[in-house]
Amino acid sequence: MEIKIKLNGKDVSASIEADLLLIDFLREHGCYSVKRGCETSGCGLCTVLMDEKPVLSCSVLTARADGHEIWTLEGLQEEAQEFAGFIADQGADQCGFCNPGFVMNTIALLRENPNPTDDEIRAYLAGNLCRCSGYEGQLRGIRNYLDSRGEKGNGHTCVL
Amino acid sequence: MISIQKYVRAKSLEEAYQLNQSRANRVIGGMLWIKTGNGSVNTAIDLCDLGLDGIEETQEAFLIGAMTSLRRMELHQGLNTYTQGAAGAAVRDIIGVQFRNLATVGGSIWGRFGFSDVLTFFLSLETFVELYQGGIVPLEQFAALGYDRDILVRLIVKKKPGVFAYRAFRNQRTDLPVLTCALSRMEGEYRAVIGARPGRAIVVRDEEGLLSGGQTEGRYNAFSAYVARVVPMGSNTRGSAAYRTHLARVLTERNLMQIMESGGK
Ligand SMILES: Cc1cc2nc3c(=O)[nH]c(=O)nc-3n(C[C@H](O)[C@H](O)[C@H](O)COP(=O)(O)OP(=O)(O)OC[C@H]3O[C@@H](n4cnc5c(N)ncnc54)[C@H](O)[C@@H]3O)c2cc1C
Ligand code: FES
Ligand code: FES
Repeated sequence: MEIKIKLNGKDVSASIEADLLLIDFLREHGCYSVKRGCETSGCGLCTVLMDEKPVLSCSVLTARADGHEIWTLEGLQEEAQEFAGFIADQGADQCGFCNPGFVMNTIALLRENPNPTDDEIRAYLAGNLCRCSGYEGQLRGIRNYLDSRGEKGNGHTCVL
Repeated sequence: MISIQKYVRAKSLEEAYQLNQSRANRVIGGMLWIKTGNGSVNTAIDLCDLGLDGIEETQEAFLIGAMTSLRRMELHQGLNTYTQGAAGAAVRDIIGVQFRNLATVGGSIWGRFGFSDVLTFFLSLETFVELYQGGIVPLEQFAALGYDRDILVRLIVKKKPGVFAYRAFRNQRTDLPVLTCALSRMEGEYRAVIGARPGRAIVVRDEEGLLSGGQTEGRYNAFSAYVARVVPMGSNTRGSAAYRTHLARVLTERNLMQIMESGGK
């Protein structure tokens, strides 16, 4: 079937099989930041934005994405750079495999809630698994980034 | 992963229904559960163009389209105000935001999964299921039925005045629940709903009047113990039947205390 997707701001047309997963389509189109982790919808590694919302590209048919807008880390480098260094400074990346999923979901979090509390960060990133680090480093990195912007959350309440 | 030969975005419910009459075809919601299986689907029937992805609030009810995502349900202000936050509490530990942006209310209710937080929650409300062919049936009745080839169009939640509470117990956040427990009191009627038994959620009413005649700790204990006694439990890798029975008593009692504190007296 023929599809048309807006990928990282550019129109992409393609002829695809009905069961092609979005993750495979994206990798075929050069978006190698999008990785396979569990492929059972549980790890968040394959996170991309579909119509501004974070979704698991391992669990979406490319056919469902027809006519929609997809962003991957390749198209969001500038936005990611703002806070990725703060995460690295905390040694939160060890093997680094989980990083693209974390960064994509953090972008989604900060767009939705620019000044999250620590509990809101934990809740939003709960679907991103990291086998190495224990999550505190990522949390500290995001907190330091937020504090560096001078927009401090109180870090205690969770509204979700 | 399943293989799919053909993908169709249905242009009408009638088209979706007709396509779904073939056993080789399958409706896809968020596709998350379907994807855990194997096998082959001839035509994947997508309902995404039928305008069923929103929650409409009227004076009397919430109309929740089958394609509404769990995330939308979690954040819906009207539904959360009506249920005092129980709607959000019911789904917020289901994997992660990215997952809940995909998983649908329709797929969750159609699946009638034993572990379902979603089914447990909606059974504690005055919920009806609108089926394309089968018409409008109470969720409690639908939950006990087997699978057929109908299409779930929407849930209808009647706004019966009430108080609601939701708790689930998980060994770890984002894991499947060991036990789910929703409690409501609507127009004087109490319902405790217990799911992840690990069988499908079931509703327990206060048939012995244990909660009538004033709210005391003794009455809460009595009703919680009654719920734990009458709900059949089983064992699996997440917990034993005896453990679940214990959890049912504790979660029911905590929910009772919560609704009493939030105005259920
Ligand atoms: C790894 C994992 C962990 C999970 N953890 C939890 C949890 O902790 N708590 C919880 O409550 N749930 C959990 N779930 C279940 C999840 O929340 C959804 O309920 C489930 O994925 C089904 O929703 P879906 O939209 O993905 O449906 P799909 O997978 O698309 O469909 C499920 C079934 O319903 C049918 N169907 C879908 N929509 C319709 C319709 N409108 N009419 C007729 N038939 C239809 C499909 O043909 C299929 O048979 C989990 C699922 C997975 C995969
Ligand atoms: S690879 Fe998609 S959630 Fe793990
Ligand atoms: S740093 Fe290794 S998985 Fe996260």
